[in-house]
Amino acid sequence: MTDAPEVKHHGSDMFAGYPIDTANTAGDQAVTNYTINFGPQHPAAHGVLRMVMELDGEIIERVDPHVGLLHRGTEKLIEYKTYLQALPYFDRLDYCSPLGMEHSYVLAIEKLLDLEVPARAQYLRVLFAELTRICNHMLNIGSHVMDVGAMTPNLWVFELREDCLNFFERASGARMHSAYFRPGGVHQDIPEKLLVDIGEWCEKRLPELFGDAMSLVIDNRIFKQRNVDIATVSKEDALAWGFSGPMIRGSGIAWDLRKSQPYDAYAAMEFDIPVGTRGDCYDRFMVRVEEVYQSAKIIKQCLRDMPTGPIASLDRKVVPPKRGEMKQSMESLIHHFKLYTEGFHVPAGEVYVATESPKGEFGVYLVSDGTNKPYRCKIRPTAFSHLQAMDMMSKGHMLADTTAIIGAIDVVFGECDR
Amino acid sequence: MAHAAPLIAPRATLAAELKKLLGTDLLAHDFAADEDSITVDRDAIAGVMIALRDNLEYQQMMEIAGVDYPDRAERFEVVYHLLSVTRNHRLRVRVSTDEATPVPTIVPVWPNAGWLEREVFDMYGVLFAGNPDLRRILTDYGFQGHPQRKDFPLTGYIELRYSEEDKRVVYEPVKLAQDFRNFDFLSPWEGADYVLPGDEKAGGTGEAPGKGAPTPMTAKEVKQDDGKAKAAPPPTPKTTDSPAQTGAGAKANKAAAKTSRDGAKATTAAKAKSPATKKAEKAPAKPRAPRKPKGGDA
Repeated sequence: MTDAPEVKHHGSDMFAGYPIDTANTAGDQAVTNYTINFGPQHPAAHGVLRMVMELDGEIIERVDPHVGLLHRGTEKLIEYKTYLQALPYFDRLDYCSPLGMEHSYVLAIEKLLDLEVPARAQYLRVLFAELTRICNHMLNIGSHVMDVGAMTPNLWVFELREDCLNFFERASGARMHSAYFRPGGVHQDIPEKLLVDIGEWCEKRLPELFGDAMSLVIDNRIFKQRNVDIATVSKEDALAWGFSGPMIRGSGIAWDLRKSQPYDAYAAMEFDIPVGTRGDCYDRFMVRVEEVYQSAKIIKQCLRDMPTGPIASLDRKVVPPKRGEMKQSMESLIHHFKLYTEGFHVPAGEVYVATESPKGEFGVYLVSDGTNKPYRCKIRPTAFSHLQAMDMMSKGHMLADTTAIIGAIDVVFGECDR
Repeated sequence: MAHAAPLIAPRATLAAELKKLLGTDLLAHDFAADEDSITVDRDAIAGVMIALRDNLEYQQMMEIAGVDYPDRAERFEVVYHLLSVTRNHRLRVRVSTDEATPVPTIVPVWPNAGWLEREVFDMYGVLFAGNPDLRRILTDYGFQGHPQRKDFPLTGYIELRYSEEDKRVVYEPVKLAQDFRNFDFLSPWEGADYVLPGDEKAGGTGEAPGKGAPTPMTAKEVKQDDGKAKAAPPPTPKTTDSPAQTGAGAKANKAAAKTSRDGAKATTAAKAKSPATKKAEKAPAKPRAPRKPKGGDA
C-alpha cells in the first residue's frame, strides 16, 4: 500500500476490444487504493474489532482483522485458580451464551475424573444449553438484521432474549454469568414452576413472537439483496478453514457435535440439523432461524422426560454437600470446607472436549498434573477460525457488505480474544 | 462409559495405519482418556499433516495449543487437534521444541493455522518457519515477552492507565498494593516435597519432612518411660503459708507484710468518689442545646 500505489482506470475492462483510448477517457479519474480502519469502536463490529481494510473505491481488496483488544489473559488466570474457581471465567468468554462455554469445561473435568453425572443433571444441562442457544441466536439474529437495516425485528427478538435471561435468573440467581453448570452436575435444583413456565413459553410465546419477527425478514426483498450470495463459502473452504457450527452447516455440511459426538442427554434427543444450500450469509442466517425451532423441540423433550433424582454427582470428593446437610453432619462440613478451599484434585492427563456451542465448536484442551489447579487450559474459540476467513470471504465485496458478513459469522470478542 | 463427555468411537485399526503411513516420523502413539494422541518428528510435521489429511481423512484442523514444560530439555509442546468429519474421530498430534528451534508451518495444509500459529508464537515465543505473517495477535501493540510461559508472572511487568495530566494513555511498571494471594493448598500428607512452615528447625532427624507424625510408642516403651518417671521424683512442691511470702525476695516480703494504715480511709474515699463518678457518667445524658442552623434562613 505504501510503496508505489496501484493506479487503476475504471472502465478500462469495459472498453476492451473497442478502438477507444481508455488511458485518457474524459471524466475518468485515476483512483488509488486506500486503507481504512473499521473499528475498533464500531456498532456493527459486535465488539472491539479493528479491521484494516484496503479498498479499491468501494470494493474490498484485502482485510486484516486485528483482534486481541479484549484480551484478558483468561488462560493464564485459570492456571492460578482451582478447577471450581476457574469456572466463572467461562461465563465471561462468550457473554452471549455463557452456559455453552461452561458446558465444555465441566465435561472436560468430568472426563478427566471419569465422573458419572446423574440423569436429572444431564437433562437440566441440555435444557439450559438449548435455552442458551435460543438466547444467543436471538441476539445474533436481531443484530444481524439491524446491521443490514431493519429495526423492528431486533426489538421483538430482544423480548424473547429477555425471557431467556429471566429463566436463567430463576434457575441460578444470575441473568448472564450464571456459573450454573458445575463439575458433576448443576449447582442447584430448579423450582417446578420454572419448568412449567419454560414449557408454556416454548409452546406459545416463542413461536408466535419469533414467527412474527421472522416473517418481516426472511422474505424481505431488501434483506435478501443484502445477504443472498454474499460471502459464499464452498464445502471445501469451510472444512479447510476449520469452520464449525452454523457456519459449516450454512455451507451444506450436516455436521453437528450434538448428533455426531453426543454428550450429556443429547443421545436421547430427537432433532434435525438444518443445512444451507449455497453457503452465503442468508443461508447462515436461516440455519440459525431453524435452529431456534429445533432447540425449542429439544427443550420440550427435556421437559417431557425430565427425570427425578439428584442434580449432581454424590461423590463428595468432587461435589460439595448441600447447605442443610452441612448444618447437621460434621463430615459434610469437612467436605464443604475442603472443596471450597483446596478444591478437588484431578488425575494427571489431558483431554480435548468440544461441544456444540451456539456459535460452533467450542473446545477446551485441559492438561492436568494431578494437583488442584489446571496445568494448562487452552480454550478453542469458535470465532478465531471464522474471523480469520474474513479476508477470504469479503474479497471482492462492497464495503457495506462487511457488516452482513460479520453479523453472519456471529462473533463475540470475549471469546475470540479470551 | 461413566462420564457424560462427547462420545467418540475409537478407530480400531488406527495404530497400525499410523505406523504404516508415518513410519519413522511417528515417535509415539498413546491412547488415554478415550483419546488418541501421537508424537511426531518436528521437522516432518508438514508432511505428516498432509498425509493425515489425505490418507486418514482428517479434514479439519481445529486447534493449535502450546504447552510449557520448563523442566524438559525442549520445553514447549505444540499440540494440534485434528478432526475427521467423515470418520467422526479426533486425533491429537504433538511436536516439541525450544525457544530457538522453529517448527515448520502448516499454513499450506490448513489456512486457518495462520492465526493459531501466531497465537502460539505470541503466548510462548515458539517460532514457525514459513508462516507468512508471524506477528503478535492477542497482546498489545509493542508488547514484550511471552505471557503464557510458566516463568512469566501473572501480573506481568507493565500496566497502563489514562493519565489526566498527559491526556493520553501511559505505560508504567506494575505497582500493586497487595501481592497476588497464591495459597498453597497441597496437603502435606499427600506429597508436599518441601519443608513445611514451622518445620525448619526440625531438621537433622534424618527423616524426610512431611512424612507424617512419628510412630506411636510400643507398650514396652511406654512401660520403660513410666519407670523413668518414677526414678526421678519431682522437686519438693513450693508452698506459701501467708500472703507475705511473695516469692519476690526479702524486700518485697517486708513491704507486703506491712498492714495498710489508711486502708479504711481509702475505702471511704472510694465511696465518696462514687457519686462524682455517677455524675460524670450522667453528664452526657444532659440534653444538648439545639444546634444553631449554619447560615440558614434565620
